[in-house]
Amino acid sequence: MSQDIELDHVTMRFGALTAVSDVNLTIPAGEFFSFLGPSGCGKTTILRMVSGFMEPTSGAIRIGGKDMAGIGPNKRPTALIFQNLALFPLMTVAENIGFGLEVRGVASTDRRKRVKQLLELVALPDTADKKVTELSGGQRQRIAIARALAVEPAVLLLDEPLSALDLKLRQHMRSELRDIQKRTGVTFIYITHDQGEALTMSDRIGVMSRGVLQQVGDGRAVYDDPASAFVASFVGETNRFTGRVIAATGGRAAIDTPAGKMIGRNPRDLREGDQAILFVRPERVRAADGAAENNVIDSRVSHQEFEGAFVNIFLEPVQGRPIVFQTANAGNGPGWEEGAAARVSFRPEDAVVLPPSDDIE
Amino acid sequence: MSEVLRRYGPVLTAVIVALCAFWVVMLVVLPQLLMIDFSLRPSLPPSRVGGPDDVYTVQNYVTLWNNTIHRSIFLQTIWASALVTALTFAVCYPVAYFMAQVAKPKTLPLMILLLVIPFWINELLRTFAWYIILAFNGPLNQALVGLGLIDQPIRFLGSPAGVIVGMVYVYILFMVFPLYNAIESLDRNQIEAARDLGSGWLRIHRRIVIPHAKPGIAVGCIMTFMLAAGSYAVPALLGGPSSRWFTEIIYNWFFEGGNWNQGAAYAFILLVLCVGFILGMMRLFKVGLTDVAK
Ligand SMILES: Nc1ncnc2c1ncn2[C@@H]1O[C@H](COP(=O)(O)OP(=O)(O)OP(=O)(O)O)[C@@H](O)[C@H]1O
Ligand SMILES: [Mg+2]
Repeated sequence: MSQDIELDHVTMRFGALTAVSDVNLTIPAGEFFSFLGPSGCGKTTILRMVSGFMEPTSGAIRIGGKDMAGIGPNKRPTALIFQNLALFPLMTVAENIGFGLEVRGVASTDRRKRVKQLLELVALPDTADKKVTELSGGQRQRIAIARALAVEPAVLLLDEPLSALDLKLRQHMRSELRDIQKRTGVTFIYITHDQGEALTMSDRIGVMSRGVLQQVGDGRAVYDDPASAFVASFVGETNRFTGRVIAATGGRAAIDTPAGKMIGRNPRDLREGDQAILFVRPERVRAADGAAENNVIDSRVSHQEFEGAFVNIFLEPVQGRPIVFQTANAGNGPGWEEGAAARVSFRPEDAVVLPPSDDIE
Repeated sequence: MSEVLRRYGPVLTAVIVALCAFWVVMLVVLPQLLMIDFSLRPSLPPSRVGGPDDVYTVQNYVTLWNNTIHRSIFLQTIWASALVTALTFAVCYPVAYFMAQVAKPKTLPLMILLLVIPFWINELLRTFAWYIILAFNGPLNQALVGLGLIDQPIRFLGSPAGVIVGMVYVYILFMVFPLYNAIESLDRNQIEAARDLGSGWLRIHRRIVIPHAKPGIAVGCIMTFMLAAGSYAVPALLGGPSSRWFTEIIYNWFFEGGNWNQGAAYAFILLVLCVGFILGMMRLFKVGLTDVAK
């Protein structure tokens, strides 16, 4: 019985600082929703307001249609998984998981049965009598999830739960989490500053900057159709060209950059004369063939980075900022020599022109 | 040890070890041994010390057993000290919890200062302050009568209540700071996690905070108990004939009865039984010595 969550003009101020600014959002029941944003953008603050540890300065939070104002964290249908997990070190694994049930007065035999089921759910059936301190990082992670699920929350809130794990384990836990979410059908609100995590796991992502929810959409929308300069530069790698709009027609805008005239999509309807930034992903930049007529850049290869599946090639244009682009590692050796002249281009539909903002560096 | 040797060299290490040994032997072991020796000999006039009558005997210890008044005062002292410890804990736990987990970083130094300032004053003077407060015509009685809570002033002084109140006050710091240290080291997320799982405050304290703070609680209780059982000034000032403390009897043996041997035996019994009592309590509450040493 998962439930939906509604944030209705939610604002949180700490003195002069606005940590969360007028967030409007509805998360349907059973969704895996991620908040993605840099450190200090207000992600934890949102989570603490949903779980009841803080009351918003203004606005309302509704869970399953019910206004949560004045309802304490112990009375809300949410369960929070803390950034540091906050397992109880003096209790055994079974006591940890059973704590929420103990609070609810569940008899000890039923409790044991339920703990056993949960341990099976998180694939750690033989750890019931172990001390929490005897477990590995990934195992603790799963115990924390089991402890939170034990109280059958309508909404599970996760605050960067994987940030302490090593890369391999993190990747494993990603699919594990996704799997548990699918099986239980509980609404997940997941916080992360790792865009890879957000893109791979979530049904939808909310990208935040300085307390403002910049864009909400699925991974593809956020990556391919960024709504703001911040989203474009925060989610994934990107090349940037700054300039002034010299022509805007038919959903396209042309801007005048140090590297020459560049054309891209114009979702924000910039007008001629506006300051603008054109963003294009490294994997959309390619070697210019004879047919290319737009967005051609003459440059020189400065160096390259071998990443395994692909190679990053860094270019020093005749004019303007360095550019990076990616080529797949097709197994035919290095095709680009350092110092060699390179002529690259990208299609206008692969680039997006957005107004500048001061939250990108 | 090898660490000390490496850091300070053989000469300095030898000096350090010698000083420590001197301190332990001269100031701790030797006086205690002398006291034990005293307690096992009869009290004799100086001329007969070392004579044929000066033999080892447990007579001084048997005295306490046979003297019903002393025995009951002894038991009362242990019992009242336990009560003082429990009350001090009850008073200090909320204060320590507030300082450690609730108080804002800005108000914390102020709170600590307010707690500590009274203790810059000599223990005797502080006890006198309570003497004034608790007096028959003192402010406490006036306030209670004024509020209509009681019809007649209560005679606090000379009663066990007065002694216990005075002691709780005198030993507050010895309880607050160990508790504060222990609770302060508890990750606040633990409390929030318990709360998030639906727990009420009572259960949070019972299941999360107190188990975590147990070593601090043990330290605070041991100190308070030992200090209370060995206290002299407070019972002497605030107590009366009905609330005599065992230390007063020891004092009397030494300085009024002039019987040091008997006094030493009493003092030694008090020490041993206090230690025994503490070890028993530690076992009861499942606290290990290593926990306390932390
Ligand atoms: N209790 C508080 N009092 C005052 N300021 C606070 C409080 N909690 C958070 N802030 C401020 O609000 C802003 C947002 O904090 P928040 O913890 O939500 O960030 P975050 O997005 O979770 O960052 P991170 O990724 O580093 O955890 C920060 O500038 C922080 O300093
Ligand atoms: Mg955070």
